[in-house]
Amino acid sequence: MEYLIASGVGLMTAAGVYLILRRHTFPVILGLALLSYAVNLFIFASGRVVIGLPPILTKGAAGYTDPLTQALVLTAIVISFGMSAVIVMMALGAFLETGHDRIDTNDGKNDGEGAGD
Amino acid sequence: MTHWIIVPVVLPAVLGALIVLAMRNDLLLQRVFGLAGTVVLTGVALALFRAALLYPPEVYLLGNWPAPFGIVLMLDRLAALLVLLTMVLALFVQLYAIGTGWDAQGRHFHALFQFQLMGLSGAFLTGDLFNLFVFFEVLLIASYGLMIHGGGRDRLRAGVQYVAFNLVGSTLFLFALATIYSVTGTLNMADLAVKVALLPPGDMALLRVGAMLLLLVFALKGALVPLQFWLPGTYAVAPGPVAALFAVMTKVGAYAVIRVYTLIFPPTAPAIGPMIGDVLLPAALVTLVIGAIGVMGAGTLARLVAFAAIASMGTLFTAIALFTPQATAAALYYLLHSTFATAILFLLADLVLARRGTGTLRQALPPVAQGGLLAALFFAGAIALAGLPPLSGFVGKLLILQAARDQAATVWPVILATSLLMILGFAAAGSTLFWKAHATLRDPGPEPPATAALPLVAVFGLTGCLVALTVFAGPVLRVLDATAADLYAPAPYIAANALPAQD
Repeated sequence: MEYLIASGVGLMTAAGVYLILRRHTFPVILGLALLSYAVNLFIFASGRVVIGLPPILTKGAAGYTDPLTQALVLTAIVISFGMSAVIVMMALGAFLETGHDRIDTNDGKNDGEGAGD
Repeated sequence: MTHWIIVPVVLPAVLGALIVLAMRNDLLLQRVFGLAGTVVLTGVALALFRAALLYPPEVYLLGNWPAPFGIVLMLDRLAALLVLLTMVLALFVQLYAIGTGWDAQGRHFHALFQFQLMGLSGAFLTGDLFNLFVFFEVLLIASYGLMIHGGGRDRLRAGVQYVAFNLVGSTLFLFALATIYSVTGTLNMADLAVKVALLPPGDMALLRVGAMLLLLVFALKGALVPLQFWLPGTYAVAPGPVAALFAVMTKVGAYAVIRVYTLIFPPTAPAIGPMIGDVLLPAALVTLVIGAIGVMGAGTLARLVAFAAIASMGTLFTAIALFTPQATAAALYYLLHSTFATAILFLLADLVLARRGTGTLRQALPPVAQGGLLAALFFAGAIALAGLPPLSGFVGKLLILQAARDQAATVWPVILATSLLMILGFAAAGSTLFWKAHATLRDPGPEPPATAALPLVAVFGLTGCLVALTVFAGPVLRVLDATAADLYAPAPYIAANALPAQD
């Protein structure tokens, strides 16, 4: 179980890092999504991996699983979902304005002036 | 005083939502409500600051859950100082945005502005590490909207990079938090401070990893080398008033470093030791050098100011990295000063851009309307940011040099040499922008249209803050000394949380 989770986090992080180093926006967004999945699993595991135990202590329970990390994961999922939506919209806007989705901003000029006026 | 602590978070949240829902088609109403909100927030911040000076740190239990279980807000001198700084800056920036009509160039400027203020004050006030992450996200998501305000190709593309960068930063933040939580079992800052000091040696390696990952996140926010390269591209294309407001965003990174590495992972903790300062100091010095070189080589005024902002973050982190009360007080003074100075220069860059259509420094162009006035303001801002007397930059750098006497061999030459480079860069830019402009004038063109007074009022107001910071350097420093002393004696801060006894 631990090996499965650990290698899952590791694989997703590796794939995510590989993808965010690509030159186009779309793989970068996919990479960010993979990274957020990896971190969600990681947070979940930071409350220790246990099976079949209740999150709230009751009389006669053998132990409990940490409920806080589950709340943290929930928060992290909501936030990363919102952020993904934002970056998709912005990348779409940038693609429609420029006609390509390369991530480097350098096409002939790099002085970054006269933006949008 | 109890419930006032949450006002800087709740008021902008409600106001922002109200502006989106009820007045999204009426710019005048948005302006009135937005500005009124910021004025009230400044008043509240002043009252909180006064309370923080008079009374020991105060805790605010969200949902009335006791300290290590619920989320807490903490009001201490550092938090109150930074909330006050944010609100004063925001007030002038908002006046500027209204005066120049920037807020009319896209939708929802005032709503996003309020959400930005909510995120900033939340990040300063929170006493919970995970809540700090949440407020980071709040202020970031508002900043994404503000950054691309007004639209345009360059801005959108720079915006995508900025968002992607910060999403990676958020992921790192979560990895760090999970690592720290898995070792200590808590995320309340005061509780962490207690638990970290008592940690068994076996867990120290993981904790160190967590502390280092957190430093990486804060370095990304604070534009510390090697994570500074997002800043020039972002700030240079962001709308002028937004870039000026972002002057306090990098300071969030600096604040977080000060808070976390004096309270939770102080150099006295056996698990951490001098590790953080050892990493931070060289990085800060390299940041300073890179910023100064960027000031020399920048092609537009906005990029020049962005690099000057990087250099000022380098100076600030140099002072923070020393981790002594004296150096931290100097760092806080420099933090106040550099926020105002950077904001002034970003606003000036926007004024020049609006009058001339370009902020290029590569060639001299005809003079702009009110050129003399802008030149004088640029002169003041440049003097302040480069650290020449008589303005507060000089006082700030002097304090930092004094605090770094023990490391004089490394710190002094870098700070002094980069100051010289920045003076040269600013002088070259100023002469191209304002001085040589007169030589290009063969026939006086048509008289430029009259310009609004409000933007200049805003810039003058910020300059007034700098002058006040210089004139009242003595009283300000006394307050900052007390603030820094609090940071290195965190017992009252921890006691305010009323943690249950350790088992």
